[in-house]
Amino acid sequence: MSTLLEVSGVSVTFDGFRAINNLSIQIAEPELRAVIGPNGAGKTTFMDIVTGKTKPDEGRVVFGDRGDSLLGMSESQIAQAGIGRKFQKPTVFEAQTVRENIAMALKNKRGPFDVLLRRKTENREDRIRAISDEIGLTDALDQQSGSLSHGQKQWLEIGMLLAQDPRLLLVDEPAAGMTPAEREHTTDLLVRAAKTRAVVVVEHDMEFVRRLNCKVTVLHEGSVLAEGSLDHVTKNKDVVDVYLGR
Amino acid sequence: MKNTFIARNPSVLWFLAGLAIFTILVTIMSEATGFGLISTSFLKTLGKTLCLCLVAIAMDVVWGYCGILSLGHFAFFGIGGYAIGMWLMYARTEGIVLTSLKANALPPTATEITDAIGGQIFGVVGSSDFPMIWAFSHSLPLQLLAVILVPGVLALVFGWLAFRSRVTGVYLSILTQAMTLALSLYFFQNDTGLRGNNGLSGLQNIPGLEDQSQAVVSLWFFWASAIALALGYVLFAYVVSGKFGSVIRAIRDNEARVRFLGYHVEHYKLFVFTLTAMIAGVAGALYYPQAGIINPAEIAPIASIYLAVWVAIGGRGRLYGAVIGAALVSLLSSWFTGGSAPNINLGFYVIKWTDWWLVLLGLSFVLVTLFFPKGIGGIFDALAKKTPPNREGDFGPDKGAWRNEEGEPS
Ligand SMILES: Nc1ncnc2c1ncn2[C@@H]1O[C@H](COP(=O)(O)OP(=O)(O)OP(=O)(O)O)[C@@H](O)[C@H]1O
Ligand SMILES: [Mg+2]
Repeated sequence: MSTLLEVSGVSVTFDGFRAINNLSIQIAEPELRAVIGPNGAGKTTFMDIVTGKTKPDEGRVVFGDRGDSLLGMSESQIAQAGIGRKFQKPTVFEAQTVRENIAMALKNKRGPFDVLLRRKTENREDRIRAISDEIGLTDALDQQSGSLSHGQKQWLEIGMLLAQDPRLLLVDEPAAGMTPAEREHTTDLLVRAAKTRAVVVVEHDMEFVRRLNCKVTVLHEGSVLAEGSLDHVTKNKDVVDVYLGR
Repeated sequence: MKNTFIARNPSVLWFLAGLAIFTILVTIMSEATGFGLISTSFLKTLGKTLCLCLVAIAMDVVWGYCGILSLGHFAFFGIGGYAIGMWLMYARTEGIVLTSLKANALPPTATEITDAIGGQIFGVVGSSDFPMIWAFSHSLPLQLLAVILVPGVLALVFGWLAFRSRVTGVYLSILTQAMTLALSLYFFQNDTGLRGNNGLSGLQNIPGLEDQSQAVVSLWFFWASAIALALGYVLFAYVVSGKFGSVIRAIRDNEARVRFLGYHVEHYKLFVFTLTAMIAGVAGALYYPQAGIINPAEIAPIASIYLAVWVAIGGRGRLYGAVIGAALVSLLSSWFTGGSAPNINLGFYVIKWTDWWLVLLGLSFVLVTLFFPKGIGGIFDALAKKTPPNREGDFGPDKGAWRNEEGEPS
């Protein structure tokens, strides 16, 4: 187990409001990590920073074996380096079919000429099939993804994440809009994925987090409030105060 | 590969068949074959229309598929016209000059010939020296290369600057308009060496084909335009059909999300912008020999806006829609503005279509956008009797994203 992602001393200010305040988090490979915290704690902003969407005012973000800094890289370079992301609000390409969405995410060369000249392969079809089986959308492969339900869009986005085959998965509230059975399936999937790679899950639902059965980081006002097993952090007095609201 | 491509895109076959039938019918009815049901001037109009269809599908790829509302593609079209026009003028003037100098006792020197050609071409702007920009005008292959390369390089440089700094939406459109305006002003200047507002003329006389009548030459250009449109259609259908098409449509609807999948969005935009600019240049190079004249007014910003209007009326994001829009609107436009449309006498006021056509066009544009967002091409969807899926909102957050009403029924 070695450190894959290291965020240290990162701060971000939006119009004078400090959304992230001297945040430091380390993620190993493989590892499953849950990040919890009240609304506005900075969980999504943390993912924005790692994926290059938001540039921090200060601090370091390094990734991979050689410890490359992510701060100078564009969103697409970061994604190519092996970081995949599922958004809080499911964002799939609604004008396109489920198959097209997954095909676009599949790990392959990303240059315009590569994409233009590539032929459809058996292998690709098999991978799409395997992923759609996993996310239960095989019957909907040729359906426009805009017509999927909210929960199905969540699944599709998880499927796209798996198709990318990244080293680090950042998963923002995957279980929203899912039935209890589907939530269970999601936990299984994430736990399995975390056997070979690093997975960071943001989730509000405590039952969900408990089933993940992993190390938990509690964020509050943009920095780490507590870290450890779920039982450990829920006993922490600060955490109890934050969640119950003083 | 060909088979599967056609199989996946049956509309390509339909289009090619339709175009072939149209070409054959027009050929049979042309003056060159003797039937003469279609006058040579109307044949030229039809040939020009095919070129406009070609630039319209290029516009559809860049705007309808990739979401870049370029208001500059007609400038690339014009540049293509100028590039071929320079050779046409040079070569033809050379022919005339050589014949007239033959009368001299001494054979003319090379400088005498060049000076005489220069005097003929640039007399209208009070000069006789060849400007730098005409350096390759004696060579057909080089000017043909320029038809593709000049628009291509211009689009590449402009696109690289614009996309790299992530200018999108309305701002990008304004930038492309600024580019177009700058170009047309540049062409207007006498100093540029392209005969200022006189433009290039006599382009319908093709050097080497002096023995052929205009009826025959026009038919050849009509065929060339049809072939170019067919090839362009297949090329663009290929580009927008596979995974590449998938990626650029994704960029149109939500480019930020595409970045998080690891695609360099700028490279894709640059590719599409440049490729379509080059095809626009080819379309222009076929158009202006049929028009006979090109001047800087052709490049004016408004021309590029018309292009967007055609595509919108035809239905963006559908190649056949762009063809229908361009053909219909440009033919109607020449009918109305050419004075063929009967005026309407309201008693107290006479509607002259030459004045009112633009108003009618503007009104139809607004009506189509409001009530038929899929454009005329959308009729094909309706014929296929598909019902749209039950969904809400647009297809993505971006400015260029397909609106919900534009969507394709699944
Ligand atoms: N682009 C932005 N501009 C201004 N403020 C922002 C921006 N992004 C986030 N914020 C603010 O930063 C704070 C942290 O937001 P963030 O979305 O990271 O919270 P979160 O922990 O994901 O909350 P939730 O559980 O509700 O998703 C919030 O107060 C939010 O309003
Ligand atoms: Mg959030």
